[in-house]
Amino acid sequence: MNSYVFAALLLALLAIAYQVGWARSRALAGTAPARSFHSRPQYHGTLVVLWTLIPALLILGLWTLFGDTVFRNYILGFLPADLVAAGGMPLEQAMQRVRAIASGFGVAGQLAPYEQAAGDGLRQFQLIVLLIVIAAAAGTAIIALLYARNRITARLRARNEVEIFVRFLLLACSAIAILTTLGIVASLVTEAFRFFTFVSPIDFFFGTVWNPVFSSSGGGAHGQYGLLPLLWGTLMVSAIAMLVALPLGLMSAIYLNQYASPRVRSVVKPVIEILAGIPTIVYGFFALVTMGPFLAGAGAMIGLDVSATSALTAGVVMGIMIIPFISSLSDDILNQVPTAMRDGSYGLGATQAETIRRVLLPAALPGIVGAFLLAVSRAIGETMIVVLAAGNSPVLRANPLEPISTVTVSIVNQLTGDTDFAGPQSLVAFALGLTLFVMTLILNVVALMIVRRFREQYE
Amino acid sequence: MTDIPAGIDRSESAERRARVRAGLARRHRGEMTFRGLGLAAIVLALGFVAIFFWTILSKGLPSFMQPVVHVEAFFDPAVITNPAPPVQAVGQSDADFRAQSLKWQRDLAGLNWNKIVEAALRRAMPAGTEIDSKQILTVVETSERHRLREMFVADPSLLGKTVKVDLLASANVDSWLKGNIDRDLPDSQQQLSAPARALADALAANGTITMRFAWTIFANVDSRAAPAAAGLAGAFMGSLYMMLVVILLAVPIGVASAIYLEEYAPKSRLTDLIEVNINNLAAVPSIVFGLLGAAVFINTFHLPLSAPLVGGLVLTLMTLPTIIIATRGALQGVSPSLRQAALGLGASKTQMVFHHVLPVTFPSILTATIIGVAQALGETAPLLLIGMNAFVASVPATPLDQATALPVQVFLWQGNENRNFFEARTSAAIIVLLGLMIVLNAVAIFLRTRLERRA
Amino acid sequence: MLAGKVKMTQVSDTAPTTPLAQRPIRVSASDVTVHYGAKQALFGVSIDIPDRAVTSFIGPSGCGKSTFLRCINRMNDTIEGCRVGGSITLDGEDVYSPALDVVELRARVGMVFQKPNPFPKSIYENVAYGPKIHGLARSKADLDEIVVTSLRKAGLFEEVKDRLHEPGTGLSGGQQQRLCIARAIAVGPEVILMDEPCSALDPIATAVIEELIDELRANYTIIIVTHSMQQAARVSQKTAFFHLGKLIEEGRTEDIFTNPTKKQTQDYITGRIG
Repeated sequence: MNSYVFAALLLALLAIAYQVGWARSRALAGTAPARSFHSRPQYHGTLVVLWTLIPALLILGLWTLFGDTVFRNYILGFLPADLVAAGGMPLEQAMQRVRAIASGFGVAGQLAPYEQAAGDGLRQFQLIVLLIVIAAAAGTAIIALLYARNRITARLRARNEVEIFVRFLLLACSAIAILTTLGIVASLVTEAFRFFTFVSPIDFFFGTVWNPVFSSSGGGAHGQYGLLPLLWGTLMVSAIAMLVALPLGLMSAIYLNQYASPRVRSVVKPVIEILAGIPTIVYGFFALVTMGPFLAGAGAMIGLDVSATSALTAGVVMGIMIIPFISSLSDDILNQVPTAMRDGSYGLGATQAETIRRVLLPAALPGIVGAFLLAVSRAIGETMIVVLAAGNSPVLRANPLEPISTVTVSIVNQLTGDTDFAGPQSLVAFALGLTLFVMTLILNVVALMIVRRFREQYE
Repeated sequence: MTDIPAGIDRSESAERRARVRAGLARRHRGEMTFRGLGLAAIVLALGFVAIFFWTILSKGLPSFMQPVVHVEAFFDPAVITNPAPPVQAVGQSDADFRAQSLKWQRDLAGLNWNKIVEAALRRAMPAGTEIDSKQILTVVETSERHRLREMFVADPSLLGKTVKVDLLASANVDSWLKGNIDRDLPDSQQQLSAPARALADALAANGTITMRFAWTIFANVDSRAAPAAAGLAGAFMGSLYMMLVVILLAVPIGVASAIYLEEYAPKSRLTDLIEVNINNLAAVPSIVFGLLGAAVFINTFHLPLSAPLVGGLVLTLMTLPTIIIATRGALQGVSPSLRQAALGLGASKTQMVFHHVLPVTFPSILTATIIGVAQALGETAPLLLIGMNAFVASVPATPLDQATALPVQVFLWQGNENRNFFEARTSAAIIVLLGLMIVLNAVAIFLRTRLERRA
Repeated sequence: MLAGKVKMTQVSDTAPTTPLAQRPIRVSASDVTVHYGAKQALFGVSIDIPDRAVTSFIGPSGCGKSTFLRCINRMNDTIEGCRVGGSITLDGEDVYSPALDVVELRARVGMVFQKPNPFPKSIYENVAYGPKIHGLARSKADLDEIVVTSLRKAGLFEEVKDRLHEPGTGLSGGQQQRLCIARAIAVGPEVILMDEPCSALDPIATAVIEELIDELRANYTIIIVTHSMQQAARVSQKTAFFHLGKLIEEGRTEDIFTNPTKKQTQDYITGRIG
């Protein structure tokens, strides 16, 4: 309720501030010589609004941060000393009861004598504090408003000041992207280091056994955290995915770019791109109920023992997911190869296939390599398909027809629903995340660099 | 340097022509093969799309129809032994009264509502059917006895009356009647006992059980004990809250950063760094954003687990690069002449950007936003790490309540033990999810064409 | 000077001295029309191209001269919605007959483009590309010889002999264009089409190419499209003037420039239209 009142008051104040700035500058402009006023009235209005808004927001912000602590201390003053000293759940419950009484909702059961007093006291105190805060916020806002109003002169560069503020706001927004990266790096590194206090980095990076033991009793048995089986699984699934996606994606792009008529292209291209919009969890389900049984059945027909959830199943479905990624990137890249190159080859009597294979593809090769690396990075980081369809069996084995596990699967297994970051069982997720982040980062940086150079080459 | 051989005479030219001719057939075969390979790739890719949608639709569409048992329920005073609801006494506090009401409802829940269900079914079944109480109750979903109780709580005057009610058939009856479970399996592998299967068939034959549109999928929340009553309402609200957070945060911040980077940022090392950084962020695996959310939002800021607000924040960070990159692309596409015209008329840089450039790019920004939101809507992995895979049996009232999301619900349902039933219901959830995404994209296309036509 | 170097690689045989009118006809067009979709770009063009001489097509831009040039080796096939009517023959064979293989046609009719367009390969590979795809060389030595000979004929060998395996895109604009000429020669064409080959080059590089064209006419039938009347006058023996998709006038270059019969031609060469 309170917040709505505040919002309404604030809005009203802002409307007044704008009006004041606007009207004042209009009035002054009326008396000043023509065109000597630097900024238009709406900028003066906006500037006054900013002056009014910022101190008020600061005060309200402080109150949101510390208001609760103030009330809490107030209640503590009423509670019996032994309860306060004991702390913990009983104290919190008592606190809650007092608040409920103060709000008028009341509590079930008998009231302790101090509770009624505390509740009544709190109600009055809350009212007083609320009034003080409103008065303080409104007061500073009005003082700031008046000050800003008096600043208005013909020469005040209101527009420039507003624009500086806007610019600062924009800069703050673009800093969020940097903060995100810093946040990722900081959280991964600190938590991973905490993990390495339990398990040595050597055991982690070079260990061949993945067997985290969830022991609620604590104690020394943490299990084994060898990264290699997971890394191997990740690489195997990604390799299978790329074996599916690269030929299909590249050949689709070539056909659509070079052979298909505009009409066919305008229909087929969006249909293939539908594959890119499907959520990965849906691919996972598809792998589980359709692709897995199909591959197992097909394997059985030729006498191969294919597990329904395996590196192969996950890899093939992931490959399908990546087809549109490869094909649309390759399409862009083929479009960037100048037509003059193509004409030069045709002019020499090359067939279309010869032109594509011997001129266009070599010319587009750097771009395609870049696209390939980006796709690999995506395959490595893909989670839901492998969670559902890879079989979750973190064992070093070379056979792609058997279940495996990957880095991403283990992150999900180790951290899902667990917020207790105390043991290596959950902290290992961050070490895995760090490994994954570094791998994809390298791939992305290299790929983006290659693609950028390629673009520049033909610009 | 005059050792160049004499020019091409006729015979040499003829020899060359012969050689070119000799290779022609082979080269044209190569051409056809290459072209065929391209076509095959297209056909395969399109085939995958077709198989994919066929699988999901064929599995999922039938579960939008659900068997319902039409019976007459008698609110038997012999079963309902404490029918009188409490009344708030003068001077009684709200909290006290609420505690009393809850106690009454709890007492009601302790009654044997199954008796009422069983009696209703026995009235509806053909004469001479032999079946025991336990078996007969497997025909109706376990949630339905609670529904009868809720009906009674809402209207205690029902006591002693007979009311027509539609009870959901159980998930196992659903699988049996739809043939989702093999009807020829031996008794030991069937989920329903033989008498219950016979009863389901008999009720279907005499019109007591009919198929009805499964509103439950949209209206109900998730349920473990009563699969046939499990619905998407909670997950839908969770997703809706997250999308609101994404739209409210990612769009303004993303557009603002794009404007800064494209229009204001000085050409400096720092700007380069931000740019490289954003391109990289766009390619960071989504699960890493989940780790960020777990470490920062949950563990450092102590925001609640499983809350759509936190999910929305994580998805916002994930969507930002998409929106920034697309908006920058749109800003780059604005012709320099427009900028120069605006500046030439004495507009300041900020005026030029906000009054002239931004309106032109609005359609592209809108499209990018919708595509980013659609992508966020389908994301699952990061949400698992911030606890949004918890089982939540209520519709979240605020973005801070526990909730799950549509794609996470798909993840939870596909792992359910009642495979026969949930394979279908998961497909239905997928259809809902894909349907939403298609609607979003259609809106994007519609708005873009409209706005572009006007521009 | 570049020009000096080219002089040294003078081809031993000289251009035929027979008068233009008595030379055999290599390419003959009659009533050629071209449509791009609904738009007609060329109206009933008929012309004979004599053997071992340079024929130039001149006219203001958009007059259809390049369009007509691209009909001769059927490069227009690669453009969506382009239809060609009438007939063009090469040594009496109909270029547009279904029996004719366009791949073989283009091996006989080489082409050099407006902007130098070397492939992103080494200089050697650029020249070897044509012979390789057509299977002209029996051995590696054979291929080497074709490459060296072609580079010599294009007057480029001396300049690049030490860096045959460096990328062709690293050469200067004029060198790149001569590389493209060498690439076309390597296939052993009978006719070479040149579509404004000097428009992207500076005057010195242009002079080198013009000299090269003059030498090449000893062995090849050359058709050159140019928007520079001076260039047409310098390099060609026969000139055809195009305007608004029609062939206005054709004849010996001296006649066209000194004694045009049509008013439009006069206007063009005196600079009144263009």
